[in-house]
Amino acid sequence: MTKKFYNAVFAAGIALVLACLMIGVKLNTEGTQLTVTGATTEQWAWIGLGIAIVFLSQLFAGQIDRAFGSLPKPKIGHLLPEEKKMAILKPWLFAALVVGLLVWPFMVSRGAVDLATLTLIYVMLGLGLNIVVGLAGLLDLGFVAFYAVGAYTYALLSQYFGLSFWACLPISAGLAALFGFLLGFPVLRLRGDYLAIVTLGFGEIIRILLNNWTNLTGGPNGISGIAKPTLFGLEFTRRAKEEGNMTFHEFMGIDYSSSYKVIFLYLIAVILMLFVVYVINRLMRMPIGRAWEALRDDEIACRSLGLNRTAIKLSAFTLGASTAGFAGSFFAARQGFISPESFIFIESAIILAIVVLGGMGSQVGVILAAIVLTILPELAREFSEYRMLLFGLVMVLMMRWRPEGLVPMKRPHLELKQQ
Amino acid sequence: MTETTLYVIQQLINGLTIGSTYALIAIGYTMVYGIIGMINFAHGEIYMIGTYVTFIVIAGLMGMGMVSLPLILVVALLLAVIIASTYGWTVERVAYRPLRGSNRLIPLISAIGMSIFLQNYVVLSQGSRDVALPPQISGGWTFGDPSLFEVSFSYMQLIIWVATFVAMGGLTLFISRSRMGRACRACSEDLGMTNLLGIDTNKIIALTFVIGAALAAVAGLLLGLYYGVVNPFVGFIAGLKAFTAAVLGGIGSIPGAMLGGLILGVTEAMTSAFFPSEYKDVVSFSLLVLILLFRPSGLLGKPEVEKV
Repeated sequence: MTKKFYNAVFAAGIALVLACLMIGVKLNTEGTQLTVTGATTEQWAWIGLGIAIVFLSQLFAGQIDRAFGSLPKPKIGHLLPEEKKMAILKPWLFAALVVGLLVWPFMVSRGAVDLATLTLIYVMLGLGLNIVVGLAGLLDLGFVAFYAVGAYTYALLSQYFGLSFWACLPISAGLAALFGFLLGFPVLRLRGDYLAIVTLGFGEIIRILLNNWTNLTGGPNGISGIAKPTLFGLEFTRRAKEEGNMTFHEFMGIDYSSSYKVIFLYLIAVILMLFVVYVINRLMRMPIGRAWEALRDDEIACRSLGLNRTAIKLSAFTLGASTAGFAGSFFAARQGFISPESFIFIESAIILAIVVLGGMGSQVGVILAAIVLTILPELAREFSEYRMLLFGLVMVLMMRWRPEGLVPMKRPHLELKQQ
Repeated sequence: MTETTLYVIQQLINGLTIGSTYALIAIGYTMVYGIIGMINFAHGEIYMIGTYVTFIVIAGLMGMGMVSLPLILVVALLLAVIIASTYGWTVERVAYRPLRGSNRLIPLISAIGMSIFLQNYVVLSQGSRDVALPPQISGGWTFGDPSLFEVSFSYMQLIIWVATFVAMGGLTLFISRSRMGRACRACSEDLGMTNLLGIDTNKIIALTFVIGAALAAVAGLLLGLYYGVVNPFVGFIAGLKAFTAAVLGGIGSIPGAMLGGLILGVTEAMTSAFFPSEYKDVVSFSLLVLILLFRPSGLLGKPEVEKV
């Protein structure tokens, strides 16, 4: 007990030093002079509280760890019907979910639909990165670069060549995949942690290029006035932009409402998301998907079994990149304006946090995590400055207590029951 | 001498200055990697914290009416090293030690989380705007033909060179002569075996984090005084650059990190001499990719052998 007590005192002392030198004193610029001001009483109270928490948590570290360890992991198995019934129920449940997703926006406010669209973009990004990080075990820290490639592809093609959103969607995905291929081909031979740094550097290179290639990308000002998607040529504006085009409300013979556009964008996002989910779900069950996971779990064993590791990793990397390109071009269409500001490292970190929090490899987990991580910050707007701080903290704590994520991946398997 | 030659000499001086600070930060990456084979992602943030502490101490002591600049700098150096080491130690304790022995990806993600956390911790406590410190050490030598181009070599640059040289020399002596240094080398050779021989490897790992953080704090002080500005986001790019330097020289090798830092600094200075300076980051990251392609073990590193 005394040893533990000294330990706790030591930890509290360290916490005091760390808190004092950053929260306790603040640098201010007065004219050309730099001055230091102390913290307010309220801040000192918070520091005191933090130190007390550190002290107590160290003192009772054993008990806390045990409590967390014995915390019942959420088991929903017994709530669900039996496996056979489940197999029949599953398609119906899925159909109900899809119908719900499609009908829901007509009953809620415009802001909610808009937020849902944004969430769906993150779902797509999360699913894309999930292939790379969760399934293939390659840590990609520059994922946002492919997102940027997709977004800029659509923006530029629509601006310079007047191509429509639907034509650009596959082109964006293809181009992002090409970038992924070109980057992946040389670097995938490297060990995992080198890959993380190279992709991080690549993300920075893309951002710097977008920022400085002013002639083409508009530099930091970005590209504005990107055309919105149309429904078989029908526009969702009050008046048709081009001569001879009809708008949606004229065609349908109803009054103009700006919420049609929002709902339409949302519906596109739902369809794209379902497409991505479907494709990845199929891929996971194909030999290539199995190979991704096998390679993640034991690379040497895979190689001795004759799997081509570069080809397998490259396929995961390329597919992940193309998903990001897909999401990117939709993002550009939804925003109508893009600039390099949207494609900074933090964005990559958020997507990574989604994958990690959801459970690496688990599709359901990633979707849930994307929903939670986009909606929570909206609900807790007054805490928005703490958002990134909490992201970082959550990543550290998750790795410590639950590295498999909130909804760990479950793979179809048979278990022999013991007689 | 022609104008171009003088200009190149000037860029060489600037490049060696920046490069030596990269080398100081790179030591932290390379030592940690050499022992536990993990990239300490939060290392760049430790450097940034070092700069902040330096600024706080200088501004604080001047506000209290202290006038002797050398004394202020010594106090700032000591405090920056102590505080940054405390941060380094805590980061190891909180984010990496509990994860030892798990899948490689897991400590890496935890490290990224730690980096984001520290960056935003500083944003919240110090604000996200640039903080500027008026130049403390000014003056220097100039030579060359004034009608063509004057090469200047400031006192600050000399201080950076000397400080880096002293820090590197001290580290080399420590690693090669002291008992702890020998334990460090043993750990990077074979962690498990060292543990069996009765050395507290956890202590040695913590020690490498502390040494790395201390050197990063020295770099933070030097670069802080050199540039005169800091914001919470400088750690990210500096960390990336220093990591590039470590890989360039051969990760795990201490002389490699020194060499890599200098080469990277000079490459960057030369790039910004002849191209728009925004592209210097592009060049250094491309350099990283090229090295990893053609010589993944770096200039002075040993090739790694995978064993089952």
